[in-house]
Amino acid sequence: MTEELIIAGFGGQGVLSMGKILAYSGVMADQEVSWFPSYGPEMRGGTANVTVILSENRISSPVLNEYDTAIILNQQSMDKFEHMVKPGGVLIYDPNGIIHPPKRADINIYKIEGTLIAAELGNVKTFNMVVLGAYLKAKPVVKMESVEKGLQKSLPTRHHYLIPMNLEAVQKGFESLELLQAV
Amino acid sequence: MGELRLMKGNEVIAEAAIRCGCDAYFGYPITPQSEVMETLMDREPWNETGMVVLQAESEIASIHMIYGAAASGKKVITSSSSPGISLMAEGISYIAGAELPCVIVNVSRGGPGLGTIQPSQADYFQSTKGGGHGDYRLIVLAPSSVQETNDFVELGFKLAFKYRNPAMILTDGVIGQMMEKVVLADYIPRLTDEEINEKYGSWATNGRKANRQRNIITSLEMDSVKMENNNLRFQEKFAQMEEEDVMFEEIQCEDADYLLVAFGSSSRICQKAVDLAREKGIKVGLLRPITLFPFPKKPIAVLAKKVKGILVVEMNAGQMVEDVQLAAGCAIPVKHFGRMGGVIPSPGEVVAALEQKLIGG
Repeated sequence: MTEELIIAGFGGQGVLSMGKILAYSGVMADQEVSWFPSYGPEMRGGTANVTVILSENRISSPVLNEYDTAIILNQQSMDKFEHMVKPGGVLIYDPNGIIHPPKRADINIYKIEGTLIAAELGNVKTFNMVVLGAYLKAKPVVKMESVEKGLQKSLPTRHHYLIPMNLEAVQKGFESLELLQAV
Repeated sequence: MGELRLMKGNEVIAEAAIRCGCDAYFGYPITPQSEVMETLMDREPWNETGMVVLQAESEIASIHMIYGAAASGKKVITSSSSPGISLMAEGISYIAGAELPCVIVNVSRGGPGLGTIQPSQADYFQSTKGGGHGDYRLIVLAPSSVQETNDFVELGFKLAFKYRNPAMILTDGVIGQMMEKVVLADYIPRLTDEEINEKYGSWATNGRKANRQRNIITSLEMDSVKMENNNLRFQEKFAQMEEEDVMFEEIQCEDADYLLVAFGSSSRICQKAVDLAREKGIKVGLLRPITLFPFPKKPIAVLAKKVKGILVVEMNAGQMVEDVQLAAGCAIPVKHFGRMGGVIPSPGEVVAALEQKLIGG
């Protein structure tokens, strides 16, 4: 099985680190992985995206023009990536800041109130982990224990005390995903 | 088996240099390769292996530090991106002329001029056919994954010392910035002064011993007959490289009606394109040159007799396509598809180009 995913939003939302933690989780589950970021003038407030591929087989292109899943966290990314989801694929978005919700009729659409949930959890920086949890509900590509191992591997030791809080956010996201349209 | 990590192509260059017993890195920051020196500075190898890491005042200074250190028989590496490599071109020509080994990494970006910071393969001509002046060649290795980027650092040194000729690792912003799994090599200790003397004492300027001739490192020779002899010797080395050190990979070529030829990140995109085309019933194979010089002329000539047409896919306006045309001859069409200026072609675009330029045409 191969999962081709794009995560897109604002710089500062934790888009790249979410991809990195997912990639590490894949490594922990002995999968092939690739992580290719948009890089350059992107910064806090600008757009940022990352392509993550998890597979049992050798990964060919790390750069794609259509995706199994798109996780979309701002309007610019919706405009850019909604049409790049494969028919029958999955689109997950956080409605906070989205003016034009997705219109495609041929894909599965999910909503996650990541911004609200992270605020309720008391740490807005856990936003990306809430979204990761929601994604894993829709697409169980890696197990929760691999995510924990992935967090341990990708975070420097001095930040390891934050892992329980992050796992709580992943769990909360997992429980809070809403299906809006199934095909 | 070595240690498994998830790393960026740029980071792994630094890690591989430390582990393969490299003596020094001299460089100057430029996007998209800055992580090379950042990783080295973070790793502080001077504490671990004694490797020197120095940020020079410019690319011109870095390449001449490489020249000096290589002259003393040391294992030295530098890295930059396209405009920085242009600045180094004079020094590279001198190093080739003085017959010194070193590894130069180009994490290339879109040009010409300052261009863009996005990935590009528009430095193919510069890497394989000059860049600097004079009849010299670089050994050019084009990795297509983070693992190969890791492996080619040590391989680059092996070939550079085998031929006493600079080797280049030509990657780009895709390979440099992406993270993949990589199995790191075990540590090789740096050579001691005695070992350098034993191995390279016949040419290295590492302190003249009482019982030995003076070694002179220079690219200057005022006597034209002697200079021609130097050139003949260089040409013999380049011919030997073409005989002994060509590397390439063939993917699904056995039953192919059409052939894609691509190197580095383009070859990854083409692997996906091969799968997409085969889903549509088009039998396509991929030949991936791993050494861009020496170029895999023979395998291309062999495949050219079997397929109906060749599409060369590059992130440039058409550079390697000239070498493929020379190797393939005139019997079948050899076309080019490329995107420029930092735009990365998608697998779907490659299949469309194949249908339009070869199958439909």
